[in-house]
Amino acid sequence: MAAITRDEVAHLAHLARLAVTEQELDTFAKQLDVILQAVARVGEVAATDIPPTSHAVPLTNVLREDEVTPGLTREEALAAAPDVAEDRFRVPRIVDEEA
Amino acid sequence: MADLTRLTATRLAEMIASGEVSAVEVTQARLDRIEATDERVHAFLHVDREGALAAAAAVDAARAEGQRLSPLAGVPVAVKDVLTTRGMPTTCASKMLEGWIPPYDATIVTRMREAGLVILGKTNLDEFAMGSSTEYSAFGPTRNPWDLSRAPGGSGGGSAAALAAYQSPLAIGSDTGGSIRQPGAMTGTVGSKPTYGTTSRYGLVAFSSSLDTPGPCARTVLDTAALHEVIAGHDPRDSTSIPQPVPPVVDAARQGGAGDLSGVRLGLVRELVGEGAEPGVRAAFQEAVEALTKVGADVVEVSCPHFEYALAAYYLISPSECSSNLARFDGVRYGLRVGDDGSRALEEVMSLTREAGFGPEVKRRIMIGTYALSSGYYEAYYGQAQKVRTLIARDFAAAFEQADVLISPTTPFVAFPFGSRTSDPYQMYLADLFTIPVNLYGGPAISVPCGLADGLPVGFHVMAPTMADDRMYRVAAALETVVAPLSPPDL
Repeated sequence: MAAITRDEVAHLAHLARLAVTEQELDTFAKQLDVILQAVARVGEVAATDIPPTSHAVPLTNVLREDEVTPGLTREEALAAAPDVAEDRFRVPRIVDEEA
Repeated sequence: MADLTRLTATRLAEMIASGEVSAVEVTQARLDRIEATDERVHAFLHVDREGALAAAAAVDAARAEGQRLSPLAGVPVAVKDVLTTRGMPTTCASKMLEGWIPPYDATIVTRMREAGLVILGKTNLDEFAMGSSTEYSAFGPTRNPWDLSRAPGGSGGGSAAALAAYQSPLAIGSDTGGSIRQPGAMTGTVGSKPTYGTTSRYGLVAFSSSLDTPGPCARTVLDTAALHEVIAGHDPRDSTSIPQPVPPVVDAARQGGAGDLSGVRLGLVRELVGEGAEPGVRAAFQEAVEALTKVGADVVEVSCPHFEYALAAYYLISPSECSSNLARFDGVRYGLRVGDDGSRALEEVMSLTREAGFGPEVKRRIMIGTYALSSGYYEAYYGQAQKVRTLIARDFAAAFEQADVLISPTTPFVAFPFGSRTSDPYQMYLADLFTIPVNLYGGPAISVPCGLADGLPVGFHVMAPTMADDRMYRVAAALETVVAPLSPPDL
């Protein structure tokens, strides 16, 4: 059985904000299916009582002193922006007009 | 004078410090070598001629003033293009970041600059360090100096090829599942993944944050250790940086270089030395193991039963973290923006930007990660992978009670021809079969050349307990004393 369908790939692409093409949907559906079936092997390990590991370094609550350190100037921060207006990042409209 | 491109970093540093040669001469020799060979190899995405010569001249001036030089002052280094360099393009081999000039240096880059190292430029990689061959670079693959029709491994194939082709004596890579060690093995060079948390991730463009580890590469173990000491150490700007001193890796490499491993227990990992590797790789590896026993090492067989699930766990954990980390590429603050013609809302522009900016492998991983983290699948995929990670760490802990270090071949196969693994993405993933387990555990590991199979280099893999990086350098340096050094055919 396929682990993933073409429609599911389209849904994932939407969640991940990837405007994939029709052709990519076919390719990715096949490839993701192979990959997901292979990685599903993790389910073979009986691990009911095993705690999860999210990280190799057991550090918690790493804080620093609340001191002012040099940061980027406004010019530096904006230097690589795709579009700038009035010393700010300019973005396309966020709310759709029909919405 | 000796050919300056054939000398080790450690030797070059001595010559620069004694005035036998200038840092500018050393740097010029490498720039000339890059000029002469990189059209064929394509190890570099950017060469910073002026910056390199200026940094070298500054070292020469400091020496002329009588200042004491750092151990690697004046020695050139190539930096994988996934670490930020102030004023120098940083692309991650992606169209998403083409032309991006970061306003800051990665901590590792800062440390190298402060130590007087000369940054030659930025090396090629699989896009955002996701891949095992550099074939997923948006700017074309790097070719293996041993055979230009083959891939140099990846993701850090550019750094490894630059070393193999004598373009640079030192290089920086980043290792999430083998991206330093695997290309090291496939190019006959040395690549080291330090203990996770001992080399700063500040300024390393994030792929899988719980695994990403920058590290040193070179042609010899001692050179690798020398670069390790420059870059490693606690960094308050990385919240997963371990606040402990770096193990004495240079001393350990010198000790190992004396060629005596009496009393050192090498744990042969049963799950990594069997049928999983090609016969030629197994033969070269076995020969190296026998050579190590002749210099006093004891070999014990250890079993790590959960390693067989490491690849599956890795290809859930790393895409999950990748899908989250790469959400930052939204076309707002830096990088590419596509389709912003006034008619489209932000979300659509974002989707068009990401579609145009990311290559196929990055998209695949983002979608796998999105899938593994989505409600309904989370427990079966990501949750279960994290439990496997616990079991793998326990396997390591148990094995290190029987052995001081663990050993295996670095890769199941030697350098492969272009195009032979790109049609089936899962075939590409298998290149990292032996390097991945230690990433999930967090300990250090190194690949050292140990011979040839079918005329192509084979890597010997040494893994050590967390914070015992010195131990692996000792074994790696001892190995160098018993195997013949490798040099690729003339380019």
